[in-house]
Amino acid sequence: MTANLANPQAARDHARGMAGAVVDAMPVLPPVADDLPAGVPADDLLWEETIAAGGYATRRLARGARLRLIDLEGDACASLLMFNAEMPTERLNVADTVKVQWNAYLGEGKLLLSDMGRVLMSFLEDGAGTHDCFSGTSNAATNAARYGDGRNSGAYPSGRDRFLLGAAKHGLQRRDVHPCVTLFKGATIAADGAIVPQIGPYAPGRTVVLRAEMDVIVVIANCPHVLDPREAWTVTPLRATAWRGPVTPEDDPVRTATPEGLRAFQNVEDYFRR
Amino acid sequence: MSIDPHLSGLSGTVVHDAIVPARAPWLHHIAAGQTLRIVDLEGNQAVDFLLYATADHAERYSAQDTVAAQGNLFLREGTVLRSNEGRPMMTIVATSVDYHDTIGGACSCESNTLRYGHHTKAEHACVENFLEANLREGRGKRDIVSNINFFMNVPVEPDGSLGIVDGISAPGLTVDLRADMDVTVVVSNCPQINNPCNGFNPTPVRMIVAA
Repeated sequence: MTANLANPQAARDHARGMAGAVVDAMPVLPPVADDLPAGVPADDLLWEETIAAGGYATRRLARGARLRLIDLEGDACASLLMFNAEMPTERLNVADTVKVQWNAYLGEGKLLLSDMGRVLMSFLEDGAGTHDCFSGTSNAATNAARYGDGRNSGAYPSGRDRFLLGAAKHGLQRRDVHPCVTLFKGATIAADGAIVPQIGPYAPGRTVVLRAEMDVIVVIANCPHVLDPREAWTVTPLRATAWRGPVTPEDDPVRTATPEGLRAFQNVEDYFRR
Repeated sequence: MSIDPHLSGLSGTVVHDAIVPARAPWLHHIAAGQTLRIVDLEGNQAVDFLLYATADHAERYSAQDTVAAQGNLFLREGTVLRSNEGRPMMTIVATSVDYHDTIGGACSCESNTLRYGHHTKAEHACVENFLEANLREGRGKRDIVSNINFFMNVPVEPDGSLGIVDGISAPGLTVDLRADMDVTVVVSNCPQINNPCNGFNPTPVRMIVAA
């Protein structure tokens, strides 16, 4: 028998009675993390959240902030949208990201480039090595075909529908959900153009650390890779942690690694020259 | 009376026939069931190509949905060009070039500064054409997504090395696209002069619509 919640006071007490509940996938406020890298003061912690299997999260991160993503159980699949926070018409451009860097694969030292010739985020650490710039993410139709349902309100939400909700919370619309990159689940390209998915599952705890090179909005959807061959909708929680950090200095090895990348950083520095 | 070789094998009545000058944009509405033939008149001319559902411009071509659905990056005969909601927009029903690109994106003034240097910033670019054409119909920068490059060649090497290399097209080669829904086609006849996508010499292309 349920409690009698016939009046607002009883409903309030019932709601308040939930305080302090802890579940696997939730944000921690204020953020607490006992595994920050050496030299990062606890005061600089910005964000600590575990994103559910099939869930999503969004965050605005300031230039210099570090974003660490951990595949807690080996089957996380972090698809990312990325916008310039102060002018979201500027967003991640996957084609420029691979073309400008003359390479199809993401990893340590690689840059995520905007459509305005600037670096949105860079890869400081990559303990995974299996990422994907090409396949995008699932949508309601692909999930309905694969799993029998793809609705946000159902058991098998799609990456695109997660992106729509996440982007909408920054005032963005359907037309703003742009081509994405996916971390932890990967794809390699064969000589004939075939996409070879790298799905795992992998060892728990693989970690990627990104650095915000501009003020960015990041939308993260944690849904099964669109080319995951497994019959069951399979995905596990993703942990996101962010902390403040210094703006990239002139002698930073990621900044100076290639002439194209250096010019992308120079374009960022020019943008912030105000 | 001579027969126009560019019409060879194209069935139906020609309802539109245009030459897109070198470096120029082109916008056209194509009804479901009609076929668009693109003719690479002088050879190795990249045709940067975007699609919008005419009934709902927030539904548009998605390179990622297209390649994921076929498990392959290259666009060949039979490739279904899919929208961001996974629906068929157009189908490549014939092509006399083996394959076309959809990972290389469009050149822009801004990406040119990265690829070639800031001395190229003032050069005309595909994104300028995409913007100019889209702005006529109320679309803007938010509507520009990863595009197709017909007649352009972007191989991926085993180590991931990737780049725009010499084309595999030739004068008079064509690609035929059947519209699977009412679509708005936005094209940039690529003005790039710093890589081999246009043989360092942008040239006109021909657009023929048959119903």
